[in-house]
Amino acid sequence: MAFLVNYFKTIYKTLKSLLTGMKVTGYYFTHLREIHTEEYPDNRATLTMFDRFRGEVIMPHNTDNEHRCTGCQACEIACPNGSIKIITKQELLPDGKKKKRIDTFVYHLDLCTMCNLCVVSCPSDAIVMGQNFEHSVYDKKTLKKILNNPDSKLMAGVE
Amino acid sequence: MRGLIEENIITEDGEFILNIGPQHPSTHGVLHLKVWLDGETIKKIEPHIGYIHRSIEKMSERLSYRNFIFATSRMDYLAAHINNEACALTIEKALQIEATPRAKFVRTILSELTRLASHQLWWGCTGLDLGAVTPFFYAFREREAIMAIMEETCGARLTQNFMVPGGIMTDIHPNFQQRTKDILEQIKGKYKEYDDIMSGNVIFENRTKGVGYLSKEDAISFGVTGPTARASGVSCDIRKWNPYSAYDQVEFDEILSNGGDCYARYQVRMKEMRQSVSIIEQLIDNIPEGDFQEKTKMVIKLPKGEYYQRVETPRGELGVYLVSDGSANPYRIKYRSPNFSNLSVLPAIAKGYKIGDLVAIMATIDLVIPDIDR
Ligand code: SF4
Ligand code: SF4
Repeated sequence: MAFLVNYFKTIYKTLKSLLTGMKVTGYYFTHLREIHTEEYPDNRATLTMFDRFRGEVIMPHNTDNEHRCTGCQACEIACPNGSIKIITKQELLPDGKKKKRIDTFVYHLDLCTMCNLCVVSCPSDAIVMGQNFEHSVYDKKTLKKILNNPDSKLMAGVE
Repeated sequence: MRGLIEENIITEDGEFILNIGPQHPSTHGVLHLKVWLDGETIKKIEPHIGYIHRSIEKMSERLSYRNFIFATSRMDYLAAHINNEACALTIEKALQIEATPRAKFVRTILSELTRLASHQLWWGCTGLDLGAVTPFFYAFREREAIMAIMEETCGARLTQNFMVPGGIMTDIHPNFQQRTKDILEQIKGKYKEYDDIMSGNVIFENRTKGVGYLSKEDAISFGVTGPTARASGVSCDIRKWNPYSAYDQVEFDEILSNGGDCYARYQVRMKEMRQSVSIIEQLIDNIPEGDFQEKTKMVIKLPKGEYYQRVETPRGELGVYLVSDGSANPYRIKYRSPNFSNLSVLPAIAKGYKIGDLVAIMATIDLVIPDIDR
């Protein structure tokens, strides 16, 4: 007798626990509004990333094609995996003095771990983190980027 | 590889050798388990590790003290904040400075959010491993909201690299507090759902109750830490025993259980999530004003000596042992990773159970493979 009672008790408990679980799934099945999924890439037009999101290192230029990078190489030293290579050149200034200026700011996106250390180490805020995260390419050579625009100059007043 | 992965063979004693992994969904990473089976019963397990070894410790030796921290995000990638914090705390200890009060509070909040996110992922994966697909999606719903906080304040979802020696990298985002409060409310409302769908489920109970028993003695002698050990009654919460950051200013319970089986480990983690929520609630409104970073030199040089700091990650005790020779690079770094010790107990507790139980045991030990290999 006790065996039978136990047997039916187990069946009752089993069914109850299964139904409790199914109540939750059933709730979401009937409340479609509470489902939060993003339909990427269909929502590409409206998708905005957070302003601090680290997608890639970029060097902003102003409308006169000027940047703030002095070529001090602090970011190159700060980078843990050598993603940044700065090639400098000597430039003749109008007043006759020679000054160190950047020639090319080479950035290896394929090596970068988005650790932000270069950005915080830059004394003149020349580089920032961009929000673009769609980096897939067919040829990995294209991931080596030159951040300063061609013919760009150092912004006046930045030392 | 040859010699490690053999064909599945039958030995002379009639035992069947089954290779699980290195790429198997239930190992959650590249872990290779060589299992000797008698029928379906496990006789012996030999874990083969090293498939994802990146030599983080060796690599750190040629990086400066500011730079090597980023690599620890890739150890236990579900607890990146806490790994970073451990390194930052070690350097602070050596320099004999302390993070600013604001940084301490933010560190603690972020660490607890990390713990919540990690436990949530674990809850979903446990369900997935044991045949319930739905919890995985529910867990990711709340986890996604936590990830949004991380993304907004730290700039990255998993590998944040937000802790620097002396404090945190940048100040918190203006939305940080509001977002955190919202997610706490959301999570508190979902506990019942979690319990309804998994904890009370009869299939889940049958697969976890009495399975994978780990005794208190074994837990201590194998060096098991974290919720896995606490489910066997070992009190080992570093946050209680050796408070760091702002843990000495909050009230919380160390969750202990004497069950020792998979179900006890499950319950301990579920209760820990509630504790994490309560810790964050105590801190979120009281973040002190002030600097977020203590001033440190551009090039950090640590005084000669040996330093050790331990922290509590979602999976157990992480220790950072650092030897400095006075230069700008660490002489030697050794991480005592919780998962390595937790894995070592797996062959002992899985013995005698069925092959299906192995999945339940692994799920509730909550292994993260990159942390084992480093
Ligand atoms: S984000 Fe980090 S890895 Fe990338 S370039 Fe900057 S310092 Fe180097
Ligand atoms: S980006 Fe900044 S840190 Fe790097 S070279 Fe230019 S000025 Fe120096």
